[in-house]
Amino acid sequence: MKKKIRLIVNGEEKVLTIDVQQTLLEVLREDLGLTGTKKGCNQGECGACTVLLEGKPVSSCSLLAVKADGKAVTTIEGLAKGGQLHPIQQAFNEKGAIQCGFCSPGMILVTKSLLEQNPNPTTAEIKEAIAGNICRCTGYVQIIEAIRSLVP
Amino acid sequence: MGENYEVIGKSVPRIDGVAKATGRAKYTGDLKFPNMLVGKILHSPHAHARILNIDTSEAEKLPGVKAVITHRDVPSTKYGLSPARWDETIFCIDKVRFVGDKVAAVAAVDEETAYKALKLIKVDYEVLPAVFDPYEALKEGAPQIFEEYPGNINTEIHQHFGDVDKAFAEAYHVRRDFFSGQRTYHSPLEPHVSIAFWEGPKVTVYSSNQSVHYLQYHLARVFGMPMGNVRVLKTHVGGGFGGKLDPTGLDFAAVKLSQITGRPVKMLYDRKEMFYNNRGRHAQYMELTTGVTKEGKILGVHANFVMDGGAYTGLGVASAYYAGALLTVLYDFDNYKFDMIRAVTNLPGCGAQRGHGQPQPRFAFESHLDHIAEDLGIDPLEIRIINARKPKTVTINDFKVDSYALKEALEKAREISGWREKKGKLPPGRGIGVGNGGFVSGAGYPCYRTDLPQAVAIIKVHDDGSMATLYTGAVEIGQGSDTVLLQMAAEAMGYPLEKMRIVAGDTDLATHDFGAYASRQTLMSGWAVKKAGEEVKNKILQTAAEMMLVVPEQLDVKQGVVFLKAHPEESLTFEEVARTYFVKYGQLIGQGSYKPPKLGGTFKGAAVGTSPAYSAATQVAEVEIDEETGEIKVIEAWDVHDCGMVINPALLHGQVHGAFYMGMGESIWEEVLFDEKGDVANGNLAEYRMPTALDMPPVTSELVDSIDPNAPWGVKEVGEGATTPTMACLANAIYDAMGVRIESLPLTYEKVWRALKEKREKEKA
Ligand code: FES
Ligand code: FES
Repeated sequence: MKKKIRLIVNGEEKVLTIDVQQTLLEVLREDLGLTGTKKGCNQGECGACTVLLEGKPVSSCSLLAVKADGKAVTTIEGLAKGGQLHPIQQAFNEKGAIQCGFCSPGMILVTKSLLEQNPNPTTAEIKEAIAGNICRCTGYVQIIEAIRSLVP
Repeated sequence: MGENYEVIGKSVPRIDGVAKATGRAKYTGDLKFPNMLVGKILHSPHAHARILNIDTSEAEKLPGVKAVITHRDVPSTKYGLSPARWDETIFCIDKVRFVGDKVAAVAAVDEETAYKALKLIKVDYEVLPAVFDPYEALKEGAPQIFEEYPGNINTEIHQHFGDVDKAFAEAYHVRRDFFSGQRTYHSPLEPHVSIAFWEGPKVTVYSSNQSVHYLQYHLARVFGMPMGNVRVLKTHVGGGFGGKLDPTGLDFAAVKLSQITGRPVKMLYDRKEMFYNNRGRHAQYMELTTGVTKEGKILGVHANFVMDGGAYTGLGVASAYYAGALLTVLYDFDNYKFDMIRAVTNLPGCGAQRGHGQPQPRFAFESHLDHIAEDLGIDPLEIRIINARKPKTVTINDFKVDSYALKEALEKAREISGWREKKGKLPPGRGIGVGNGGFVSGAGYPCYRTDLPQAVAIIKVHDDGSMATLYTGAVEIGQGSDTVLLQMAAEAMGYPLEKMRIVAGDTDLATHDFGAYASRQTLMSGWAVKKAGEEVKNKILQTAAEMMLVVPEQLDVKQGVVFLKAHPEESLTFEEVARTYFVKYGQLIGQGSYKPPKLGGTFKGAAVGTSPAYSAATQVAEVEIDEETGEIKVIEAWDVHDCGMVINPALLHGQVHGAFYMGMGESIWEEVLFDEKGDVANGNLAEYRMPTALDMPPVTSELVDSIDPNAPWGVKEVGEGATTPTMACLANAIYDAMGVRIESLPLTYEKVWRALKEKREKEKA
């Protein structure tokens, strides 16, 4: 079954006709070509597909796109503005928080949501916030350092 | 260290960091080609069965299905690492040998249709008895899995150096212990993806793999094509850890399906399929006997091991040799015996995972050594210092070890961890442990028998000198090789890093290289890059000398400026010299090639474990145990590595953190489980329990000074060696905390709880 939905993706309105079975991840990657959102497990277990829905992190592989109808979605492609990296992207890049990079889009978006809600998180709060995002490469050490560097 | 260098020795950000941080970096799964089809593989539902008939007619009729293939449509050529153990075909021919074995494949217009088509393939099986345990497999009367491996013995190794019996007879103390490991998986965050398409007689394969050359070699061999007609390349790769080295069903199936359909075919594994196909770590069963003097000096060691190979060999034969070969490197002893049986079972095949066959034997040996230290009343760190190998020595199995700073690493770890203040003095429930490890910096011989050089690199300076491109077959999988190799190229040329680009991991456009395995690229690809850079530098100095009317020896070039050594203010830019070269002689190109000298002894299996250089590492960790529940909390960890000259410290420490993380996961939580049918029971990322940020302790990563004479600028490996000490380091810390020894991996909360209960009961009695 097909349905027409309206998404505000990175500030731009998108009207799409999609299959009601499609996940938000599929719509972003396949219909909108936003491949920065990654598919690590497709089962809601790794966080690689994290996007922000109305500013809150969600696993886009486990959310039907129709559920996002009318809502604002932020993907990794929406962070850098006018060729300027977002400060979180910059910190991740400079602090060695990126290795293979497959977890990075999800990690960066989770960090954005964390810092918006709590600009001054403790290390424990940082760990808590990223605990749903698996990184198989870094051991999280430099990811945590990157996030801490953004805390005043 | 590094003070005279311009580009190396510095923590420059990775060159792919911005692309990855912005989501612009394309991984294989992100690629789309016009008209592309989706392929899927049909996996066996049985652990062991004869294939009586395969009927694909219904599947073929399904609208949207463009091709269905089985063993009848592809070559029956067997493949694997070494000819004696080529035992795998693209699809199963007469038998399936594990749940998940490859039976057929389809290509369809979309994924849904492909899945539907798989369901329509009818396979008649005659189910055979299966065996899931290596000891059961080795028993008389066990089901025979391969005709070519009677008794299910896939590999049998018996090596004896010196005289172990004599050493034991002369020893003050001889101790025997038994340990076991578990099956684990690399679980890179990016699942494996492969895309193939044909143009005339030539196939192009994008694969998220660790060695474009090794895959090209296999595809060409199995399909009977000249290597030049097979192009393998990769884009960004989302982690490998050894699992993306063996060629996999996706690659073969995609090639055939795209040939039949004339359209690009994209295939990917879901998570469960990753567990079937990705060749994880062997479970090993390890008996160790060691004789020592009263002072703790090791006289002789007997390692008597069995490993569960699963259904096919692939790289597993090397794992079997590695398991014993590298035990001789860390500590110096003159008598050594290594017995190993690699059994086949009806479980997915095992292969190379970070540290290859070595981490579990290190777990066993380092735990065993702590027992011996306790028997003798020697501090565990001290017994390691007593036995630590010295530089410029040769192991009993003929490995030449030049630089080696294990003793210094131990001493530094003792300082920075506060070992002396903590060992035996921590409050109840807390403990501290030590473990050592290390690895080869590249295997001394290529992964298959060939006389090809290990690595070739080309640097091309653009016509006007404003940019230079490095061409290398080295494979960036997240470890940072593109960045490190560019730093090396820039250093060798005397050119700014910012002006360098890289073309890597493409068998057509880049150069030959065996790729990312055995921690080889920094040293081996690095050698080729250094030589290529030096050739460019020589040509620049030669041309500048002609321009300045001096001799080249009077000149040097750094960061893009060519200058008179005696009067640095007299200079030319690299660019104007390069342009002059181009006008006079044509393209400015440097080429480098690296092949190690002949390494190792002449006994059977002597090649495995040889390397131009060996790293060494000490880890210390502090744990806290909950006596009620057995819960293990890793409080803090310290790693001191001898990894030679460091090209990029930030990337290096990132490797240490990641290696400790993976080792910690394998120590405490990670284990692949199987149901009674032999199917993977926890083939997903929730139940295959990888540590999260909450589990990770602070890790201090430190270095000891060391420069290896056999390596470019003295570099050595780091990425795998740092995984090898972790398991024992944590087991030893648990022992220090609670006085219980867990001899089987993983060191689960339940095992600790049970051991504590037993101990209490014993104390009561
Ligand atoms: S892909 Fe969505 S959580 Fe893993
Ligand atoms: S950088 Fe590879 S998974 Fe995080």
